[in-house]
Order: sequence, then C-alpha cells, then structure tokens
Amino acid sequence: MDERARKTDVKLQGLARHLVADVNQKRNPSIAIPLRSLANVSFNERRKILELGDQKQARILFNVGMARKFMQTFLLGSACKELLEQGKTTSIRDLYYIAKHTLGDTRQNTFEEQDESDPIIEDLEVTIDALREELNLFASNKGAMVGPLTIVDSGDTIDLRRMGSGGWSVPSIVEENIVELKKSEAQFVLLVEKDAVWRRFNEDKFWQKHRCVLIHGGGQPPRGVRRMLRRLTTELKIPLYVLVDNDPWGFYIYSVVKQGSINLAYESVRMAVPQARFVGLSSFDQEKYDLPDNVTMKLKDEDERRAKQMLAYPWFQRKEWQRELQYMLKRGKKLELEALSNKRISFITEEYLPRKLKEGEGKGWLV
Amino acid sequence: MISKTISSKKDSGSKSRSKGNGGRQLSLLEQVAPARPAPARRAEPAPAPTRRDDTARQSGAVRHRLHEEPRTPEAEAPAAAAPLLATAAPPPRSKRRATAESMAAQQREISVAEFFTKNRHLLGFDNPAKALLTTVKEAVDNALDAAEEAGILPSVLVEIHEINEERYLVVVQDNGPGIVYKQVPKVFGKLLYGSKFHRLRQSRGQQGIGISAAGMYGQLTTGKPVAILSRTAAGRTAHYFEITIDTRKNQAIPVKDEIREDWPGVDHGTRVEIELSGTYKGGRRSVDEYLEEVAIANPHVRLVYQPPRGKEQRVFERVTDELPREPQQIKPHPRGVELGMLMKILKESKARTLSAALKEDFSRVTSKVAGEICAAAMVAPNTRIRDLSGAEIERLYSAIPKVKILAPPTACVVPIGEELVRRGLEKEIRADFYTSCTRPPTVYRGNPFAIEAGLAYGGELLGKAEDDDETFGPRESGQFGPIQLLRFANRVPLQYQQSACAIFKAVAETNFRQYGLSQPRGGLPQGPMVLFVHIASVWVPFTSESKEAVAHYPEIIKEIKLALRECGRKLSVFLHHRERARNQEKRRSIFELYIGELVESVHKLTPVDRRKLQQQLLGLASKFTGQQEEEEALEVGGVKPDRKAKGKTDRNGDANGNGGDGEEG
Ligand SMILES: Nc1ncnc2c1ncn2[C@@H]1O[C@H](COP(=O)(O)OP(=O)(O)OP(=O)(O)O)[C@@H](O)[C@H]1O
Ligand SMILES: [Mg+2]
Repeated sequence: MDERARKTDVKLQGLARHLVADVNQKRNPSIAIPLRSLANVSFNERRKILELGDQKQARILFNVGMARKFMQTFLLGSACKELLEQGKTTSIRDLYYIAKHTLGDTRQNTFEEQDESDPIIEDLEVTIDALREELNLFASNKGAMVGPLTIVDSGDTIDLRRMGSGGWSVPSIVEENIVELKKSEAQFVLLVEKDAVWRRFNEDKFWQKHRCVLIHGGGQPPRGVRRMLRRLTTELKIPLYVLVDNDPWGFYIYSVVKQGSINLAYESVRMAVPQARFVGLSSFDQEKYDLPDNVTMKLKDEDERRAKQMLAYPWFQRKEWQRELQYMLKRGKKLELEALSNKRISFITEEYLPRKLKEGEGKGWLV
Repeated sequence: MISKTISSKKDSGSKSRSKGNGGRQLSLLEQVAPARPAPARRAEPAPAPTRRDDTARQSGAVRHRLHEEPRTPEAEAPAAAAPLLATAAPPPRSKRRATAESMAAQQREISVAEFFTKNRHLLGFDNPAKALLTTVKEAVDNALDAAEEAGILPSVLVEIHEINEERYLVVVQDNGPGIVYKQVPKVFGKLLYGSKFHRLRQSRGQQGIGISAAGMYGQLTTGKPVAILSRTAAGRTAHYFEITIDTRKNQAIPVKDEIREDWPGVDHGTRVEIELSGTYKGGRRSVDEYLEEVAIANPHVRLVYQPPRGKEQRVFERVTDELPREPQQIKPHPRGVELGMLMKILKESKARTLSAALKEDFSRVTSKVAGEICAAAMVAPNTRIRDLSGAEIERLYSAIPKVKILAPPTACVVPIGEELVRRGLEKEIRADFYTSCTRPPTVYRGNPFAIEAGLAYGGELLGKAEDDDETFGPRESGQFGPIQLLRFANRVPLQYQQSACAIFKAVAETNFRQYGLSQPRGGLPQGPMVLFVHIASVWVPFTSESKEAVAHYPEIIKEIKLALRECGRKLSVFLHHRERARNQEKRRSIFELYIGELVESVHKLTPVDRRKLQQQLLGLASKFTGQQEEEEALEVGGVKPDRKAKGKTDRNGDANGNGGDGEEG
C-alpha cells in the first residue's frame, strides 16, 4: 500500500472501530453520514462554490429502515479496503458485483441493483472523507480532450495535438499520480457540452487556430472531466469557457462546472472552477444571430420547472442571469448549439464563438 | 295452550289477528316486517302478508294449519276442520264446475299426520340427507332434554347403520328418566303430543312434533315401525314397543308391546330405533358435524357416536360434570300473548274473577297492574271469568300495552356460560385464540332470552381454509373464505337456512373489519375463524317448524350484535398483539441476517473476535427490537432500497433542478 492508500485505509478502519466501540458500550451502532441534500448545501459567496454543511444523518443498525443500508456501508467499505490492499482500481459497477451475494439461505441479496450500491459509495466517501479515487474506484470514461499540450498518463507520454478525430479519452481518475500535465501552449480551455459539437470544433481545428484545450463531458461532465478542468485552469493558469445549449439543462451544466453540484458538494473544492465563463447560447441570441424561428424548440414543462428553481438559487442571483432565465421563460423557447448550423456548417467555430469571446473581453462576461 | 275453541280463520277478518300461538305466529310477522316494534302491532288489522317472498308466506300459511290442528282434540275435529279447509282449498267461484253440495261431499278433516306426509319439508325431511340428520337430531334433542329435566348428566349413544345406500337405521339411546309405559305410544305415534309445548320453559324441543314426525317419515319411506325400549328405574321392568302411526287418525298403533324383565347395564333411559330412507354424507350439514356442534354447545354431555360404513367410533367426552342450572318455568307475560292466547288462558283459568285470573296466570301482574288493565279496558275487575264476553277480552287485550308492567323475570333462561362456551370451542377446535361473551338475559315480546357468542381463531382453521379454496402461501385475512358460523338455539345446532336467520343478519351487519378481519359488504367476515352464537330462551322464535332459523326480532338482533362486538374487540386485541410479535420476530431475523454480514465486513476492516462481536450484536438486536413497536417497516424485506430515504434524495435532487447529478457514466 502506498502512502495515499494507507491514509484511506486508516479512515476505513475508523468506521469499524467506531462500531466496536458502540457495541462495547451497548449502544445501538450508528454511522454519522453528512447529509447530501440541498438543505445541507450552501453557497460560499467568498469562494463562489457550493459547500457541504455539517448536518449529519445517523444511520442506525437496529432500525428496520436502516439496517440493510448499514450493513451495505460496511460491505462496500471492506470491499474498498481489499482494492487498496491489492493496489487495484475498479469501476463502481464492478464493485457492485464484487459485493453482491445472497444473504444466508434467503432469496435476498446484499444488493439487488447497482442503484442500491451507488448511493452507498457516495455515503462512504462523505462519511470517511475520502474521495472516490482514494477508494480506488472509477467510473467509465466519458469525455474527450485535444489541444496544444502534452501529458503523461500512467507513464505514457501523450501529445494531445495528435489525437485524431476522437481525442484523448478522459479517465475518471486524473489525479497527479496518474495524469501529469506537461508542456502547454494553451491560452484557454473550451468545454463544449456535447460530443457532436466537440467534433465540429476538432474537425475545424479550432483548438489549433485559437490555441486552446478542447474538451467535452458528454452532457453533464463526469468527475474526471471536472477534476481535469480544475487542474487545467489552476495549474496552467488559463481561463475556462463553457459552451452549452440555450436551455436550463445547459445553464445547469455551466453552474455545476463553475460552483459544484449539490450531490457532490463535498468535492466542489477540488472540482469547481469559479472563474468559468459562459459562452453558450443566450436567450437573446436568436435575434442577435438572426436565427429563424423554426430552429427553436418549445420549453418543456420540465424545463420550465427547472428554470424556475434556478431563478431561486443563490448562485444565479446576478441580474444578468435573472434576466437571461426570465427571458427564456417568457419566450418559452430553447435553442440548441446545432441550431447555429442553420446559418452555415462552421458558423459556430468561425463566427459565433470568436465573436462571443471578443464581446466577452469587451463588454464583460455572463458569469 | 292448544286451543279448543279459537278458530283463527274466523277471526282473521276481524280487527285483530287472533291466530293463537302468540309468539309463534308473531315470529312470522316479525319476519315479514321486522322493523316494526312488535307490541304496537297487536291492535292492528292483519297486514296482508305479501311483502316477503312467496316461500315465507307459504310456509307461514301452512304453519297455521299445522298449528290449528292441535287445538282440535279428536272429539271436536270437525269444528276446526272447516276453517282449515277454507284456506287450504278455497271453494271455487265458478258455478259451473262445482256446487256447494258437490263440494260438501269432498269436505272432510285433514289429519295432521296426513298433512305432514304431503308437506314433509316443513319438518326438515325435504331430502334424503337432511332426513337422516333431522331424525338423529330429534332423537338426540329429546334425549338431552329428558336427561337434563330429570337432573341426570346426559350420556347419549348414537348409531347409524347402513342397510343399503338409501336406507339407514338410526339408534339413539340415552340415560334419561325413561318414558312411562302408557305414554310411549302417544309420544312416538302421535304428532303434536308432548310435554314442552304447554309451558314456557327453556328446552330443546318445544312443539311436540319432533320424534313422531321422524318416526312417521321412517314408516312412510320404509314401512318399518319405530322401535322403543325404555325403562324408568333400576327396579322396574323395561318395555319394548314397535309402533306404527295411523296417519289418518293421528294415532299410534303398537304392533309389538313387550315387557323386558331386564335391560342389562341400563337402569333408566330410552332407546329409539328408526329405519328410514336417507343418505349419509360427511362434511357440512352432516350428522357428524351436527354432533360435533352438539358437543361444543353441551360441554356437560358425553356423546358416543358410531358412524356407518365401518367408520371409527367417536367419543365426545364432557368437559364439565356440572349440569346446567335447571331452567325455571314461567307464566306467560301479558306483553307476549296474542289475543287468542289471552282468551284461552282466561277461559281455562281456575280463578273466579278477572283480576284474580290476571294475577294468577300471568307473570308480573300485581293487583295494581290487574286493576290498571281492567280500568283501561273498562271491564270490572271482579267480573266472573265465565261471564267475560269476547268483546271484553278484546278490550283487555288492547289495554295491556297501555299499562306499565315489569319485564318478566329473566332468571328462567339458562345460557351455557362464558367459560363453558370457550371450553366447548377449545375442546372441538384447535385454534390459536378463543374468546366468548354471555350477555345478561333480556326480553323480546314478553319472552326472556339470552345471547352468547364465542369464537375460535387461527390454528388448524388456517389449514382448513386452505384446503377449502386451494390457495397456497402465506395468507392475509382476505385470502380466506368466509368464516364458519355456528348457530345454536337452546343448545341445538342450527344447520340449515343460515341466511334467513337473525343470527346471520346480526353477524353480517356487524363490522368485523374494525376487528381486523376482511368482510364483503353485507356478508360474513372472512378469515380462519369459527364464530359461535347461541340464543337461549323460554321460547325461541323460529321461522318455521323445522326449527332452522331464528326470526328477525330487533331485540334479538341487537343483543347478538352486542355480544359479537365484545368478542370482536377481544379478537382485535389478540390480532394486534400477534401482529406486533410477528413484526418483532421478522425484524429480529432481518437483523440476524445482516449481523453475519456485518461481522465479516468489520473483521476485514479491522481484525476482531468475530464470535464475540456476533454474540454482542445479537444481544443488542433483541434489546433494540422491542423498542420499535410503533415503527412499521416500509420495506421489511429490504429488497428495494429504503423508499423513505431515497425519496428524500430524489426530492432534493429535483428541487435543485438536477435530474441526477449523473456524473458517473
Ligand atoms: N328420550 C326421551 N326420554 C324421555 N321423554 C321423551 C324422550 N323423547 C321424547 N320424550 C317425551 O315425548 C315428548 C314428545 O317428543 P317430541 O320430540 O315429539 O316433541 P318435543 O320434544 O316436545 O318438541 P319438538 O317437536 O320441538 O321436538 C316430549 O315432550 C317428551 O316429554
Ligand atoms: Mg323433540
């Protein structure tokens, strides 16, 4: 076990010691799990990130509603310890299979579905204050990256200028011990919401022309991509621009990248990029870019609901955002990035984004 | 009580219904319109009995005839025969077809016996299986009545011998007081001859038809006489009779009449043998079931039963050596008599004056009450009985409801008793829970009665119900069929016409859902349960002579409901407790299941003494399971993730517009 693993292992052992102590004192064994819900998340105005509060929830062994989860928490804890001991990493799906077995001679399993084990992993992370990576867990790769820089991934040096059409697939664990950032000429990082738009940018060699790191997260960016964004911006000291659709979902992606998510608020510190800037489609862009009405889409009920919720979030209180969201609701329309192709196939890379970037520098960003 | 002079048909057109047989008659009318309070109806003209279904009406009408017959002693037969005939076959209007003269030639007396042969269904001989049951039942009822009346703990032997599949010999032998020599032919050979009809006293038999009807049925279907062996005391000789019945004359013809010097092993008792055509079957409404129920309601009786077809003998031992308290005979209560009965009682009174007769022949009539009745009727209290006119008696009859009279004494009814009801159930049914309730006696239409109820729940009934409707696996109450309802009247099981019975009505109208059973609207509750209801009364108001269903008197129904409610409450307490214990058990076993896993995981995380930790956790499990009484597990099986907690996260997830921070692929 390396130093990192040992640290995590100690934390896991603490869980077991705590239980033994409870038992010896004839207490109903319990685990205190930080609450991962809106109620326990606050927006730190100074650091501009979402932070987990200190509300905790007791998970009690001798309670019919909690006993099973209690047992599962320990089961996953011990499975992670084994991973650490063997120096192996695995996917959370794999872990589900590793820990799944039948209980005694019943027809019950320790876990019935992966849906049951995933939240327990998050519980475990917050409870022992260890990151998923530190538990040697990863998720499947989602997201790709190209740009004028060189990295070292698990000992292999990779030139991100030579990644062909698909780009370098961003792993879910991008900690320094696995991925190192080497020589870079990048001036900024561009996060594109989806794969299809990213391809357009790659094909048009936008990153070459504008000297930027081009990255996408396949929708809501996974931890690996978010962690990478954080590292790129802090280590290379370059800005991050976020290019998303004009709909509440796109805005939310931007906000997660910028200040973190409610569910993973405990990871904001190492994943959020408060300086991120919005270069996505605005509700006012249809007129500005003279886009026909037939490329817009009606806001769905779900979109409306989400937009209204966002209006209330503390981190969306700047008047520009309020105006943006209110106008979106008023129009009742949304616009995808692809709609820009209605003008010209490379309109987005050749006109739209350069103009946005220039405007931003001039008039100020929508942040 | 059998009237010599009242001819009800003549009166039926007049302003009051003087159909005699007070309670009996009324019972039918109650059934027609049970909602009306009985006393108020007395002075009303007879309502046209058209409101119920035809069968009820018919049986009512016929029943009349049956009952009028006995009021006509042999000598006076023709007098009653005429009105009887008038209803039975009203003279046709058409002049062409018959004349009064031609009809006169056909008009003659119909004997009860003859009538019975044509209407045997009225007495419970409608089909071969029922005929066998009714025969056993009449003989057993009599045996028990006789022994109890003589203060003897009853021991009864019942044998059924199969002669062929359609013919059986029924033998019932008791250890009762026996029957004196000269009475035997009348008792067994004459319909409507008995010792119980003329008095108000709680007994099984009440009409004087039972055993002779069984005998007659046997004779009609097999041609064989009824055989009786009886002995009244150890020193006396026994006598053996074989009796046939002259159905025309309603008379016994002894075909054999022998003195038996000895009856080895039997000091006193009666043995009756009747051969009849019938069929033997097991199951519901069988002789077997009847005897099982007799054993439940008569815990002081020892029964030995030899079924046919070489089946094993069954012995129902008594659970108590105490005879039920002797029921007291009471005088009729003024509120319980019909006009005809009032006339009969007054005419037959040994008293000289009206007020004396009222005091002596009725219960709860003091000089003051008698005076008030006379005053209200505007008849002088000192009127001599023989001078009373019909109109005066009618006025007296109408006056009774206006006078305050104490309810009759109720000590004359003898219920089985709460404890014995429970023990009776315990003896015959292996259940998980028993309870019972005996209500204090009260009165319907001047007749004292008492209701008791009991129930047995769970145990072998779970399995039984399973066989019945062929469903498997663990079951909720609703997965069982209807409960088994056992009805009793004066300790006699009632097996037929359940849905016509006041007991059924009271059960169906009681909400058993509040006690933890399921119940379809207006039906019996469902579940692994036997429900016992007994009515004890000096006069049980049956809906017909076959004594199968109790008439719908509101007072009776109300009492039954009260008794059911009390039992229901106790049942629900039991079910609640059991549910709680079960949940605890379930919880503990879940915990035990998880503890094993937990200990292994803990050990992997940090080495521990697994045995010790396991023991400690198990100890804590039982310590903490008791504390969770109130908490109902949402998902006890834990197959799905805890909904409560999940819902919470989901809600918050939604609230934050984040349909899933799906950061993992
Ligand atoms: N086993 C017996 N021992 C002594 N007396 C008997 C026995 N069986 C019948 N008796 C007498 O014979 C009478 C007639 O019996 P029967 O069954 O015909 O009428 P019941 O019992 O009075 O009324 P019900 O028609 O309601 O049965 C009884 O009233 C009783 O006095
Ligand atoms: Mg009888």
